[in-house]
Amino acid sequence: MSKVEHLEKIIEEFGPHLHDAPDGGWQADRVIDKVVPTHCPYCGMQCGMNLLVEKNRVVGFEPRYDFPVNQGRLCPKGVTAYLQTHHPDRLQYPLIKRNGTFERASWDEALDLVVTRFKDLQQKYGKDSIAVYSGSSLTTEKTYLVGKFARLALGTRYIDYNGRLCMASAAAGNNKAFGIDRAANPWSDIPFAEVLVIAGANCAETFPIINGFLWQQRDNGGRWIVIDPRETGTARQGDIHLQLKPGTDVAVTNGILNVLINENLIDQEFINTRTVDWDAVRDVALKYTPDVASQISGVAAEKIVQAALLYGRASSGMVMHARGIEHHSNGTENVLSYINIVLATGKIGRRGCGYGTITGQGNGQGGREHGQKADQLPGYRSILNPEHRKYIAGVWGIDESELPQAGVSAVEAFAKMREGEIKGLLSICSNMMVSLPDINRVRESLERLDFNVCIDFFMSESARYADVVLPGTTWAEDEGTTTNGEGRVIKINQAIDPPGEARRDWEILQDITRRLGRGQYFRFTSPGQIWDELRLASKGGKADYYGITYEKIEAQDGVFWPCPTEESKGTPRLFEQRFAHADGKARFHAVEYIGAQEKPDDEYPLILTSGRVVYQYLSGNQTRRIKFLVDQCPEPYVEIHPETAMKMQINDGERVKVESRRGEGVFPALIVKTIRPDTIFIPYHWGEQLAVNQLTNPALDPSSKIPEFKACAARITKIHSRELPILGRGRKGASLSEVRKGE
Amino acid sequence: MFIDPQRCIGCRACVSACRECSTHKGYSMIFVDYIDRAETTATMPTVCMHCTEPTCALVCPADAIKQNEDGIVMSALKPRCLDCRNCVNACPFGVPKYNSQMHLQMKCDMCFDRTSEGLKPMCASVCPTGAITFGKYQDVVPLRRTKPVNVHVFGNQKVETKVFMMLPSETDAVEVNGTVVFESREAMASGSGVQAESWIDTQVEESDKSNEF
Repeated sequence: MSKVEHLEKIIEEFGPHLHDAPDGGWQADRVIDKVVPTHCPYCGMQCGMNLLVEKNRVVGFEPRYDFPVNQGRLCPKGVTAYLQTHHPDRLQYPLIKRNGTFERASWDEALDLVVTRFKDLQQKYGKDSIAVYSGSSLTTEKTYLVGKFARLALGTRYIDYNGRLCMASAAAGNNKAFGIDRAANPWSDIPFAEVLVIAGANCAETFPIINGFLWQQRDNGGRWIVIDPRETGTARQGDIHLQLKPGTDVAVTNGILNVLINENLIDQEFINTRTVDWDAVRDVALKYTPDVASQISGVAAEKIVQAALLYGRASSGMVMHARGIEHHSNGTENVLSYINIVLATGKIGRRGCGYGTITGQGNGQGGREHGQKADQLPGYRSILNPEHRKYIAGVWGIDESELPQAGVSAVEAFAKMREGEIKGLLSICSNMMVSLPDINRVRESLERLDFNVCIDFFMSESARYADVVLPGTTWAEDEGTTTNGEGRVIKINQAIDPPGEARRDWEILQDITRRLGRGQYFRFTSPGQIWDELRLASKGGKADYYGITYEKIEAQDGVFWPCPTEESKGTPRLFEQRFAHADGKARFHAVEYIGAQEKPDDEYPLILTSGRVVYQYLSGNQTRRIKFLVDQCPEPYVEIHPETAMKMQINDGERVKVESRRGEGVFPALIVKTIRPDTIFIPYHWGEQLAVNQLTNPALDPSSKIPEFKACAARITKIHSRELPILGRGRKGASLSEVRKGE
Repeated sequence: MFIDPQRCIGCRACVSACRECSTHKGYSMIFVDYIDRAETTATMPTVCMHCTEPTCALVCPADAIKQNEDGIVMSALKPRCLDCRNCVNACPFGVPKYNSQMHLQMKCDMCFDRTSEGLKPMCASVCPTGAITFGKYQDVVPLRRTKPVNVHVFGNQKVETKVFMMLPSETDAVEVNGTVVFESREAMASGSGVQAESWIDTQVEESDKSNEF
């Protein structure tokens, strides 16, 4: 039973507390023992940085000017990342929950309890009664090990990971169209594109460092077409902004394609020689005249024409997108409709011509390639393919029949916990009580579990529900690789030892395997050994890492996969000669506009969309503890257009109730002209009463099972402050700063 | 040094990185302001402009503020600083701050410890977009499509600075006269309860608006 009792006590003990100085305070006269070149632990840019180490403590950073992706540049999260290593909230010893209170335990005690309970449950309810839920902020070595752990140590089919919430639809779309799932170009191609189409990506806040490339392109005379329901920093800086209704991308892209066809701006030769299935796409696109597209999307028809002409007439161009088009119940179709434009104009496979999804999580790319996904085995192999099963069984030294079958996606797995089919959970590197849609249902799932284990280095909102919490390590305390958003495999280096009794995640997992009696398959003594097995396991797969060694990564400032042989230097640009389908051709997919599953109506007249701010990373478990970042954005707010606000007599800064069919929350109104009057926006990094995911719709995209974070029906109501419910010491919906001021 | 407000994405990486400079560890000397969040996402970084005739030095009764041979205006010399805060109040850009614990004026010295070793200042090192760029005039300006301007007119005061503003238009000087308000803003403010400034501006910039640490 995994309820959260004594929440105040848990927060008092484990935070989030705000902390804002390196260990020992700010000191000018530190003696730095070593400077460790490594990368930022946060987003998919994986910027290079140097950590300054004094007496086994990280006490500062120094720009890593020689790393080509960022050349020293960092966002505020990167600059302050090192402050988490000695944060007072760090978990330093194992915890067992007894009578609702977390008590310190020894490693033996905690691990024995985990193994005993897992064995009991599996004996009683079968192997599949335990699920593993992982994340993509782990190194690739760890994600590989988590997959192997679930299949081989627990023997369960139920494993999935938070990449499902990230860009699963982009992966599905890329696989369908190109036969491979990786950004087609290195980011260094961006400055050579005459026109950039940036769709559903607020690079200014979510990928600050990519802006370096964007502005180089601009300095070269380039233009940007930005497609976003909000006038974000990126949209403001762009040349044409298509401010569409959330979820209507397919109408806009089909409209653009319509203009391209009518103006004869398509590349017929490219279509004939390098693609298939064009005719069906053309027939669909012809129905979406700019007027039709405009009616659906709310974007002026002239702007759609302008955008199409700008992109179509340019001699080079790149299309990039992110979560804005992907977090939809038709996310895969959104992605395919953008790919249609790229293929129809033949703008791919050359310098300055290309396409890519911008990966959000630090290791979002590497983490989705090597087997922690429900239906996947290492090397981007499929667990449903007998050949693939046989190969991996061979690498692991087991009989193919021992490999479980495919499991289910994240949202579906949490439904199975609610329904009682899954009884136990091991989660690592995930904070589902913030990041999954409709968290009120997720809470029910977690409370229903018989046994719940969490590995993390801070007490996240989700870890509070666990029966056992095992302290893991931050990125600075271990080594391994990650693969950034452009497909570049880079190396994270260890700077310091884990604090207290905390242990490296792969060591914790291996200890559990030994106690489960499966230790013979997990005899790794370093991340390098896991890496070597991973290289072999990926050999011959789509994501072939065989030729990538730690030494090569260092020598080349990263290696782009595929890199199948030891001689290969990797593949920065894909599709120069052929696409990855067997016939070498890319596939068009005709897509019709469907839109969000839940559309506004009389009862819920607004479209609610969610997103991020630059000061917080994902579920905020790391960044909501760093005072500098929290000061810049202490709480979520709801962006409302002044027209809508005026109708409801809502003032700027006033707290309003936002409701959907699934839940409600109280947020201060930020009245801005930068959003559509029919749309409201709430950033998502917070949990409990501050979570926008109390409201979001768990509707899933049928091909990728990505949930619809980016559009649901909602309404706002004016409330009076006396109606604000009291929660603990702070009012519900009150900001941290308000609580502090009140004290 | 070159400041291009057009490129600023308001991420405040500069503000956080400034604290890492060992001459003023833990204190940031940079401010990033929303222009008017209700209207636009535009933001603007303010760093010390390093005036050729620095007002802060002119008003200092103790002659505590010195320029080095490169024209960089340094922080007040600790033994000389009288705590009078004349400089804090006189700077037309509002840059220097008074540290009440250390009884000292503090301002940007363009990361003297870094630049003297050939490294870029912290803010310009981390700035994701090049809104703050450190480099030689002949290396930076030809790459940009904006015009470098280093003359600022504040009413009757004309100030020439070592730091350049990169402006999109053909203006020769940055002129500051009264308060600039978006045209549509006044109409909106009178109609609804919209305040003069978005609450988020006030909340986030709380520390920036005080001239003390």
